[in-house]
Amino acid sequence: MAHLDGVVKPKTKRSKRFLDHRAPKLLENSKNAMIMKGGNTSETVTQALKDIVIKIPFSFITNLLLLFLSQEFFSKKTDCSLFLFGSHNKKRPNNLVFGRMFDFHVLDMFEMGIEKFTALKNIKNEKCAEGTKPMLIFAGELFDVDNEYSRLRNVLTDFFRGPVVPAVRLAGLEHILHFTAADGKIFMRSYRVLLKKSGCRTPRIELEEIGPSFDFVLRRTHLASDDLYKTAHKQPKGLKPKKKKNISHDTFGTKFGRLHMQKQNLDKLQTRKMKGLRKRRGAVVVENGGTTSPKKIKTQE
Amino acid sequence: MAACSVEDVLAKAERDEAERLKSISVVKELELEFDVGNLLALDKNPVELRGRSQDREELLRALARDNVQLLVNEIWKLPAERTDDVLVVKLPEASTKLPREKPLPKVRPPTKWEQFAKLKGIQKKKKTNLVWDEVHKEWRRRWGYKRAKDDTKEWLIEVPETADPSEDQFAKRNKAKKERVAKNEFNRLRNIARASKTPVAGLGLAPRAQQSKSELAQAVSVARTSTASVGKFQDRLPKEKAPRHTGKKRKFQPLLGDFGNEKQKQLEMLKVMETKKPRLDVTKAVNKQLREDEEEEGRTRRKKGSGKKGDRGKRGAAGGKGKGAKGSKGGKGARSTKGKGRGPHMKQGKR
Repeated sequence: MAHLDGVVKPKTKRSKRFLDHRAPKLLENSKNAMIMKGGNTSETVTQALKDIVIKIPFSFITNLLLLFLSQEFFSKKTDCSLFLFGSHNKKRPNNLVFGRMFDFHVLDMFEMGIEKFTALKNIKNEKCAEGTKPMLIFAGELFDVDNEYSRLRNVLTDFFRGPVVPAVRLAGLEHILHFTAADGKIFMRSYRVLLKKSGCRTPRIELEEIGPSFDFVLRRTHLASDDLYKTAHKQPKGLKPKKKKNISHDTFGTKFGRLHMQKQNLDKLQTRKMKGLRKRRGAVVVENGGTTSPKKIKTQE
Repeated sequence: MAACSVEDVLAKAERDEAERLKSISVVKELELEFDVGNLLALDKNPVELRGRSQDREELLRALARDNVQLLVNEIWKLPAERTDDVLVVKLPEASTKLPREKPLPKVRPPTKWEQFAKLKGIQKKKKTNLVWDEVHKEWRRRWGYKRAKDDTKEWLIEVPETADPSEDQFAKRNKAKKERVAKNEFNRLRNIARASKTPVAGLGLAPRAQQSKSELAQAVSVARTSTASVGKFQDRLPKEKAPRHTGKKRKFQPLLGDFGNEKQKQLEMLKVMETKKPRLDVTKAVNKQLREDEEEEGRTRRKKGSGKKGDRGKRGAAGGKGKGAKGSKGGKGARSTKGKGRGPHMKQGKR
């Protein structure tokens, strides 16, 4: 794709579709997350990153030296607007940085230290399926009162929300992520939901712990300036994006297309070739006055 | 006896109801904030965790269970549909405001043709994809590969009387086609450049079949000044005239010069600043008014066009045009006497 006065002209339909997918749109795609390992990572951090990869849909994991490749460049290349960076050094042991971007520039960053971590494989329970949309619960008054914590709540929602769906299957609400802010720490627990019978329609909930559990400590933060935050929140004026014709989706998300065909001559339609029904030489010719039944004719020919 | 039993039954029913609801009801000090669209809940109650890790886990789990119960209660309140023996709830809009990934797409400005069409009230007519080709006796595309009227594909071209007999007519048609394609491409890129607001080279630089003297002169002047030293050391051809209007130089009056003139100028300026009435540029006002009238006409024609049918279109358009012109003339005449302080003579532009 050659650059012509700053205008990239795609040469194929496929590349044009690709560019349109990445271009700014009214209704945006689901956010992708980029998970990176820093130069020196401990066992804890690596395991933690691997566990979170499973939790977040649409995530890429890369192992790069941050010295040489810029993070903005990487996010542009992979079209990811969320990133998670893990590192470990003496001053900041077991560090995880949650961050998000707007227009490929950093919007917010939160550095969290892992105090206690239990991996997925250490908890011996039946897990729930990958890719289920989790329910998120934030507990603790800090998440509402403190400015930094409420921004953190926003970032964590962005990370773990999953694709935005118009409807959800009631029996499929299995996964729950619970964040508690208390004692200066943030506890993240991951449970599986069991819906038990109660007397009425709404089921009774029982929880079973699965998944990684973290005890985070909030270290440094980098919040976006107010006006940048406001610009990032600007919504379009309620314009519905144009629907593509002849494409429909059913409730499972299966994509259906519609083809328009010309009128077909059903007499000359080629069906399965039955060798026995082929016309042979010397076949019986029905005379005009003859009253033979059609079945007979078939077997004879 | 009957009365007693009825009361008993009612009391029993109430107790049963309470029993049932007990299993799913949760008591909290502060109500949770729900964002069901995102399957999210926020619990603002203060959390107190004991020291030991074992107790802490239990406390966290109990807290989580309560919160999840409340969230699930909320979700179950939504209207449920049954599709293919699966219960599905329709989620409402998400209420947490999350920032966008990329900035809003810029509304692209209308192209030159779109502006013109809007001004004249020209509407896009939907055309059929296939046209009947008499020569080949089949339906062919209107444009594109194997189209209906492709003059470059003719196998016989009559040489017109006025043309040079040794000229290659086929090559001439091919060349014309190439020039049209290049012009179209240039216009397309120019529209894109206008949309992205980058400076664009002007008219006369795209080669056309017939170029006027002024266009050629402009092309020459642009070519002369596109050197590193902006054409300062560019030699001129023997008969080429010196370029006029070189650069934008302002002329300043000398500091100590004509005192009378200076006084006059300053008094004039004061007079202009003093008057309450705004200054009026007659030609500018007239042109603006004409433009507005044309737009108005275009709009009314569009409205009329959308009402009438296609086969009556031509007659209707002609009639409409006539009516429109008369109407606008009358309108102009009526409006010229009103307010605004317009100039005494106004050009009746459109006929």
